[in-house]
Amino acid sequence: MEVTDVNIRLACDRICLPAVSENEVQKLFTPGEDIPTCAGFMRGHGTYTEGEDLKASVAGVKEQVNKLISIKPLKSRYNGEIGDVVVGRVVEVQQKRWKIDTNARLESVLLLSSVNLPGGELRRRSSEDEKMMRKYLQEGDLISAEVMNVYQDGALSLHTRSLKYGKLSQGVLVKVFPSLIMRRKNHFHSLPNGAAVILGNNGFVWICPASGLEHQEDSGSAGGFIQDLEKEVPKADREVIARLKNCILALANSKMMLYDTSIIYAFEESMKFTITELLLPDVMVDVANLTQHRLHLDIAD
Amino acid sequence: MAGLQLLSEYGLRVDGRRPNELRQIRCKMGVFSQPDGSAYLEQGNTKVLAAVYGPHEVRLNRSKTHHDRAYINCQFSMAVFSTSERKRRPRGDRKSQEMDMNLNQIFESAIRTELYPRSRIDIYLEVLQADGSNFSACVNAATLALIDAGIPLKDYVCSCTSTLAPSQGGAPPTPMVDVNHVEETLGGPGLNMSTLPRLDSVVHLELSGTRLHLSHIDPVAEKASTGAADIMAVLDKAVRGHVAQCLHARELSGQGADA
Repeated sequence: MEVTDVNIRLACDRICLPAVSENEVQKLFTPGEDIPTCAGFMRGHGTYTEGEDLKASVAGVKEQVNKLISIKPLKSRYNGEIGDVVVGRVVEVQQKRWKIDTNARLESVLLLSSVNLPGGELRRRSSEDEKMMRKYLQEGDLISAEVMNVYQDGALSLHTRSLKYGKLSQGVLVKVFPSLIMRRKNHFHSLPNGAAVILGNNGFVWICPASGLEHQEDSGSAGGFIQDLEKEVPKADREVIARLKNCILALANSKMMLYDTSIIYAFEESMKFTITELLLPDVMVDVANLTQHRLHLDIAD
Repeated sequence: MAGLQLLSEYGLRVDGRRPNELRQIRCKMGVFSQPDGSAYLEQGNTKVLAAVYGPHEVRLNRSKTHHDRAYINCQFSMAVFSTSERKRRPRGDRKSQEMDMNLNQIFESAIRTELYPRSRIDIYLEVLQADGSNFSACVNAATLALIDAGIPLKDYVCSCTSTLAPSQGGAPPTPMVDVNHVEETLGGPGLNMSTLPRLDSVVHLELSGTRLHLSHIDPVAEKASTGAADIMAVLDKAVRGHVAQCLHARELSGQGADA
């Protein structure tokens, strides 16, 4: 039996991010601090008023859009906005809807009327459909969806009314902080190395073999709810997916933003290490630094 | 212990500090990756870990939600190896339950709960080494963990314990700030005060140990209040350093996105 090396490290040898002098960041506010304002300001997220003054309630950077002043914290739970692409897990099947966990402060809701029926029919949902709900999505299933509406208490209402959304079958889920995902036009990426990635705005990243996403689009007649669990994923694809997962975790560890270019560069920079070496913290910092360097060169050109 | 005085004739305490000196505070935010927010705080030899989960949906017990604000749940636990004799019950005994209740009340008044209706925020505290002022260190660590999780607070919640050294040789009794284990157990009152320093308001005041005469309350409370304000300065510096570091890394990586 082959014994692999066990890696044990001392906590005092842990690598921390390099120290940065505070003078470089000017607009930093901490809870309870007064924010200097002009007349007629409007207060946004992360602030509260105490009498006449505007005070910060989180630790973060001040963002000002004309008269709207808000403080954006470093990390927080996902705050949904209409049009965001999210990846979520079904936690409950209720009467006419499913409850989805999307790393937000309240569970999101997927109404029965917001999913495509199999066969692509357009009709009113009957009580027969309610009974068949469990056949479509059960507790524990992963789906990709888009935010349709935000309720008053902050809960999100999702829909999967397009062919690219639906149940996700074989792949790997990576959870990062929502603030690390950059808002882009397209969140479904097919990478040149044979894997496809869905960057959910809520911080859930789904990595699957590229054939998985294509198959979903082909099965348009089924409304995106067929899960192909019998198809075997070849070993080369699995290695690519494992390497991608470790690269994403390395970037997230160094608090770098995640988008298609940074993931592709990190993947290329990580080729000099083996997949298991990418789990070591100093290698993670290395990969992140090399990716940063390459992104710098990109803008320098 | 014969001849052990809380305050020697040179004005030094048992560990060599002056009456108005705090112990050295070291802290680190974001020590865990799984909880939403986490912090590690050392106040002298007292070491505390704090983890915050939330705000998230209440799954099991639907009755414990408020329709207009968040429900806060704190759990105080001491590791079995934290005291000089192995602790039998790390949590769930009377004293811990009372501390849980106190922590709940403190953070309900400091967190802006009206922003999170029907949600729940869990705060877990673990004392790894208990060397006096355990409750105060827990409150300070929980504040850092809440800031790390991005939960809006009205202000920092800073807590400090102060005591009164008995009068020696005709001098009036001296209040001392930030007690350690020896000073706690030698007898004498322990006034535990938690404040919102910038808003200048007290959220929690607790007296343990022996009784305190009414005329002595003001100087002791005053000492605790200044101690809390000093602690806030230390915590504020740590928070600014942590946020600046993370922003720096993010700026360097985000620059490539616009290309």
